[in-house]
Amino acid sequence: MPKDSVIGTSTKRREDKRFITGRGQYTDDIVLKDQTYAAFARSDVAHGKIVSIDTSAAEAMPGVLAVFTGEDFAEVGGNPAGWLIHSRDGTPMTEPKRPVLAHGKVRHVGDAYAAVIAETAEQARDAAEAIDATIEELPAIVDLRQAASDTSNRVHDEVASNVCFDWGWIEDNRAAVDEAIKGAPHVTTLELRNNRLSPNPIEPRCSIGDFNPGTEDYTLYTTSQNPHLTRLLVCAFVMGIPENKLRVVAPDVGGGFGSKIYHYGEEALVLAAAKRIGRPVKWTCSRSEAFLTDAHGRDHVTKIELATDFDGNFIAVRTETFANLGAYLSNFATATPTFLHGTLMAGNYTVPNVYVNVKGVFTNTVPVDAYRGAGRPEATFSLERVIDKCARELGIDPIEIRRKNYIKPHQFPYTTPVALEYDTGDYDAVMDRLEAIADLSGFERRLNDSASRGKLRGLGISSYIEACGIAPSNLVGALGGRVGLYDAATVRVNATGTISVMVGAHSHGQSHETTFPQIVADRLGIDESKIEIVHGDTAKIPFGMGTYGSRSLAVCGSAVVRATEKIIAKAKLIAGHMMEAGDAEVDFEDGVFSVRGTNKNVPFGDVALKAYIPHDFPLDRIEPGLEETAFYDPANFTYPSGCYACEVEVDPGTGKVEVMSFAAADDFGNVINPMVVEGQVHGGIAQGIGQALMENAVYDENGQLLSASYMDYTMPRAYDVPMFKVDHSANTPCTHNPLGVKGCGEAGAIGSPPALVNAVIDALQRAGRSSVTHIDMPLTPSRVWDAIHNS
Amino acid sequence: MKLSEERQIAAPPEKVWEALLDPDILRQCVPGCESMTGNPSEGFEAVVTQKVGPVKATFKGQVKLQDIVEGQSLKLVGEGKGGAAGFAKGGATVRLEPQDGGTRLIYDAEASVGGKLAQLGSRIIDSFTKRLADQFFQRFQETVEAGQVASAAPVEASSTATAATANATPAEQETAKKKGLLGRIFG
Repeated sequence: MPKDSVIGTSTKRREDKRFITGRGQYTDDIVLKDQTYAAFARSDVAHGKIVSIDTSAAEAMPGVLAVFTGEDFAEVGGNPAGWLIHSRDGTPMTEPKRPVLAHGKVRHVGDAYAAVIAETAEQARDAAEAIDATIEELPAIVDLRQAASDTSNRVHDEVASNVCFDWGWIEDNRAAVDEAIKGAPHVTTLELRNNRLSPNPIEPRCSIGDFNPGTEDYTLYTTSQNPHLTRLLVCAFVMGIPENKLRVVAPDVGGGFGSKIYHYGEEALVLAAAKRIGRPVKWTCSRSEAFLTDAHGRDHVTKIELATDFDGNFIAVRTETFANLGAYLSNFATATPTFLHGTLMAGNYTVPNVYVNVKGVFTNTVPVDAYRGAGRPEATFSLERVIDKCARELGIDPIEIRRKNYIKPHQFPYTTPVALEYDTGDYDAVMDRLEAIADLSGFERRLNDSASRGKLRGLGISSYIEACGIAPSNLVGALGGRVGLYDAATVRVNATGTISVMVGAHSHGQSHETTFPQIVADRLGIDESKIEIVHGDTAKIPFGMGTYGSRSLAVCGSAVVRATEKIIAKAKLIAGHMMEAGDAEVDFEDGVFSVRGTNKNVPFGDVALKAYIPHDFPLDRIEPGLEETAFYDPANFTYPSGCYACEVEVDPGTGKVEVMSFAAADDFGNVINPMVVEGQVHGGIAQGIGQALMENAVYDENGQLLSASYMDYTMPRAYDVPMFKVDHSANTPCTHNPLGVKGCGEAGAIGSPPALVNAVIDALQRAGRSSVTHIDMPLTPSRVWDAIHNS
Repeated sequence: MKLSEERQIAAPPEKVWEALLDPDILRQCVPGCESMTGNPSEGFEAVVTQKVGPVKATFKGQVKLQDIVEGQSLKLVGEGKGGAAGFAKGGATVRLEPQDGGTRLIYDAEASVGGKLAQLGSRIIDSFTKRLADQFFQRFQETVEAGQVASAAPVEASSTATAATANATPAEQETAKKKGLLGRIFG
């Protein structure tokens, strides 16, 4: 067996050969015979009543084949919310319909109210511009708090208020938390905004609808993180197509970060249009459209209070958050600020009293939903910022106050006051690793060095915990989830011993095609080059739920293990038959079956061949073939955790922040491919630095998106990030999945923003700006300069 | 975007008032104006071409006159649609006061943009709007002071861009090409 085919080895990414050489096959690369093109007419006001839509000029334009408006979809279903939230008073959230095309009202800039299908993309765009809509502008609802209190001006007229839900977690904790805070020796309060982000995957969305009138089969090629989930939503909720009549293919996908989890109206439109005109219909999102229509992330306004004794022991945490939902409920929009956020508010700490209140609010902005980290970055940021402020107020070292309150190894499994049961962890050990790799003992020297160059240096620390491996279906069902969150894998051993593994997870940057074969190779003792991963096509793969929430390895990887175990069990039957022994006497090791206590053995390849040439099989006992499917539903979330340290230099003259070093010590449980894990951490931290320093999706008071191009929306570049120091040696394997893995995809984006902001505050405090206790993200030079000079 | 400015015009208030309600004068003064039709009681319709940062568009808009106090003040409210480029809208209150034998023209304007104009041009829209307003009132002042109210061709409600640019100097034509937005509001 080659050395790099086992778990724990940094096998090179096999995906990279096709990506680097331009041989990837993205949705927009697909060209179907007689393909036509769709373009959308989108609202340029944030809120308006559709008085009339005159499509006659557009219909008369060259190449135009069809024009659709909201009327055409009045009879089809709405795009549903995947999670039912109940308010504190027990009432269910409001669920206004999210139509394929806006009907009656437009509710955000970019809301599509008509679509044109034409022979070429240019003709479609020209005709879409010729659609003459009379839209009576209504006052835009943009400010979160104002939206929550305003019942006269509503995003959705059919519901009584812009507040979708007013959620308390856990409501039974509320009185005790209020009491604890009231009587606490010290309370630290912080008000902050978790800035709104545009997701910006490198590949904009794209969808092709195809319909075969002969078979009445639909095919949807689309940029999705979860083809089966998209198929379910399109079929069961929106279009009413039988699931067996729709194939969803998500080929190579250039990043998602959450934004491609969701079903969008454009997907339904190209399917309906393909059926009407009898030809394939492609829509390719422009970058400008992506800013206006991809689900945004974050956008919380939060007040957090941390009660402690004078020694810094945590007594209680209480938060009140206004979470922006945008104009419509995107598929996971209601779960993200609630169960993926409030349940993490105890952090890594033994804090006996926690209460979280979240008001989900409709506004005339693009829908907001999960974005890398999804709720957990918001929880971590609030908590780690208030802890840092508290430590400063009490004069306690930021590492010491965290260590003092960490849950200790002997306390696991540990049930938090916000209802999660952490299975395992050793936060002190991870902090030990951080202190080592970040060279914290050398900070004073670096501080002086910065000072000699006129720069203000600061050190910021954060810890995080996240709930990953989403999710136990029985738990999410009890909490209002409307889908199961298992995953599935089929392992097909071919006659010549090669293996195809069909998985429900979808790889759009996560390296599944490299990592999953390592698991199978490890279990079967065969060369990983003989193993191929198949994903992204509902016609080929079992019904899995896709990739998000750092779930692929913990959930789908576990399904791969289970299916492989079934393969081994079946192969033992066959091997036993071949060696004239009962399967209970057959051992399997390093790819060879042997009969215990004898020298009889057959290699895996011979068994595979025999499975498909069953000339002498006892058919009452052994079926031909060697193919097994497993569905895996996790017993619990997994709980990756980590400690991050960031050092910054602030230029007091300009307010510019430079990230000088960034160290990340994570506990991801067992690691399959260390290189892939490091890459995930690097990418996550870069995204966190982007959020903390640069990125900001800004609406003006009229609901116009001002940051809708790369002239105004700043993404981090390579020169904005330092060389990262990454460690994942202090591991506590997950106790409840067969691989002992926890997930690593979101960690960097969760742990990094508070570390960076803490570092900037530290720099300013060290420079004597003692009144600067918080700066809202992004920490642009103007905001930092303002804090320095106006404090 | 809000702005307030004042301007001293060497012409009596009644002449300035007359010019303010004259579509032909307005057409000459609104930067980028290709046509201007209508009358004070029913409002004006204008076509204006402008380039804002990376966005170039022809705006078709209506301007209504409100709160008219004859010879003293009025409010202009308008909106222009630029197709795929988005829209611009706004309003301005204009007051005239006799001063030093001439007229003090005081205006408070506000403008907002939407669609691509907001998405791509928001960083430059403020300075752009101010420049347009300056250009408009500069030309308005020059036109009124040059006594063109009296000597200009008779007002034709159907004046066209061709006529306008034919009368303009090359420099004015160049300026006209560069303008637009607030012009619509004042146009």
